[in-house]
Amino acid sequence: MTNYNTNPIYPAITPFQQPHHIDDYPTGPGCPSAQLVEGHAGWRTFRPIINQEKCTACWLCYLLCPDAAIFKNNNKATINYSFCKGCGVCAKACPMNAIDMAKENENER
Amino acid sequence: MSDNSDRRRFISGNEAVALAVRLARAQVISAYPITPQTIVVERLSEMVEDGSLKAEFMHVESEHSAISAAIGASAIGARTFTASSSQGLLYMTEGLHYASGGRFPIVMMNACRSVALPWSIFGDQRDSLSLLDSGWIQVYVEDAQEALDMTIQAYHIAESPEVLTPVMVNLDGFILTHTYEPVYEPRQEEVDTFLPLFKTPNKMDLDHPRSLGFSTSPGDNQEFKYQQHQAMLNAIPAIETVDNKYASQFGRRYHGLIEEYRCQEADVILVTLGSVSGTARMVVDNLRKHGQKAGLLKLRFMRPFPEEALRKALSHCRIVGVVDKDISFGYEGTVFTNVNSCLQTLPDSPKTFNFVGGLGGRNISKGDIETIFGLLFAAADKPSSKRVQFFNMRCQIHE
Repeated sequence: MTNYNTNPIYPAITPFQQPHHIDDYPTGPGCPSAQLVEGHAGWRTFRPIINQEKCTACWLCYLLCPDAAIFKNNNKATINYSFCKGCGVCAKACPMNAIDMAKENENER
Repeated sequence: MSDNSDRRRFISGNEAVALAVRLARAQVISAYPITPQTIVVERLSEMVEDGSLKAEFMHVESEHSAISAAIGASAIGARTFTASSSQGLLYMTEGLHYASGGRFPIVMMNACRSVALPWSIFGDQRDSLSLLDSGWIQVYVEDAQEALDMTIQAYHIAESPEVLTPVMVNLDGFILTHTYEPVYEPRQEEVDTFLPLFKTPNKMDLDHPRSLGFSTSPGDNQEFKYQQHQAMLNAIPAIETVDNKYASQFGRRYHGLIEEYRCQEADVILVTLGSVSGTARMVVDNLRKHGQKAGLLKLRFMRPFPEEALRKALSHCRIVGVVDKDISFGYEGTVFTNVNSCLQTLPDSPKTFNFVGGLGGRNISKGDIETIFGLLFAAADKPSSKRVQFFNMRCQIHE
């Protein structure tokens, strides 16, 4: 299984264990939070790339990213591509036009 | 058993439910008023206002919001109550499935009322019976005392860890919600002893964050639905246990999922749901007095359905009639469908007949029940009798 938890600011990930008995399922759809089960890298057609020269660290992309894939890395907006589905909200919102959407290369996902 | 002599109240069904909700110490009430349920909401808001009920009363803008707020409150571990009727209940439908699927043990009162069109504020059971698949436990009561007792029992059943399923307590609109009767009000200390504290395994809690109400892929969805089904089946023994516990503490017993009234050695048994059971009881007494072997089977729960109990109670009789204040257009009454499906596994199942009536508030009188029994006794020797018929029509119909 891919280890998504390479960055310490992300919560610990509990891998999903397929229950073998009905009693192993939770009572109703509820579970401890932070139980992310898979990344979204495979969904991407375009990949956002942050131009750090233009970035002023206004954190708008950090606030708006629907999957919290953008994190603060030594005061630099950085993208965790494991959870980026390539929606482009960050690129659209960036007031400095510092984020480009580049065609995804299948080999680099 | 307690001495109830000083606890007698002259109240309506709506007021009996409000008293029960206070005795159960509900912590959040979110409801939107609708005839004929309005009084229960009014009384509860007065109780919160005068401080006799320490609860949060949420004024919501619709029934959809009422059930949504109840789900949210239940998710933080609060004992919650809501109430509705007819169009309001139908407007809640989306949330009803959410509540049962999320395993939030909310208790609600429904004032059974007809569904538009034609518009009518009066009673039948077409609102709640159309929601049998919503995953809620459904109980139908016969009088105001049973309404009070079952509302208290409902919390116990709903919150049982092996059940965790919401309960709808159904009172026939006006006939029960607005009729004043003497009702014994249990003492608060005794209800406190009877009802354990509510503890939810699905608590929205900042100290222990959980993801609640998540989606599932086709890979797991069916397992959650199976669990809901299992929980509903677990309610069958839970209902009996809670009723026994209630009886030993308060002295009133409702016999679990069904009540058999003079069913022993009965040739003909009439199955009823809700307040009409009271009328049918008197008719059965009268018929027995005249040597006719009539019995009454009062269905109390529609979900979980009392499959085994019904089979046992009806196995020995020849003719079964089912009164339905409901019609599933193009087929038959829904109570009838459910009764038939459980009887068909009997080796020698009785002949069954469906009597549809009391729609849109039309009264079902003693005379109507006598006529129905007359047709049932006649059907014993007449195999061609009509299987589904509307009774007490005002005009001639195509035969």
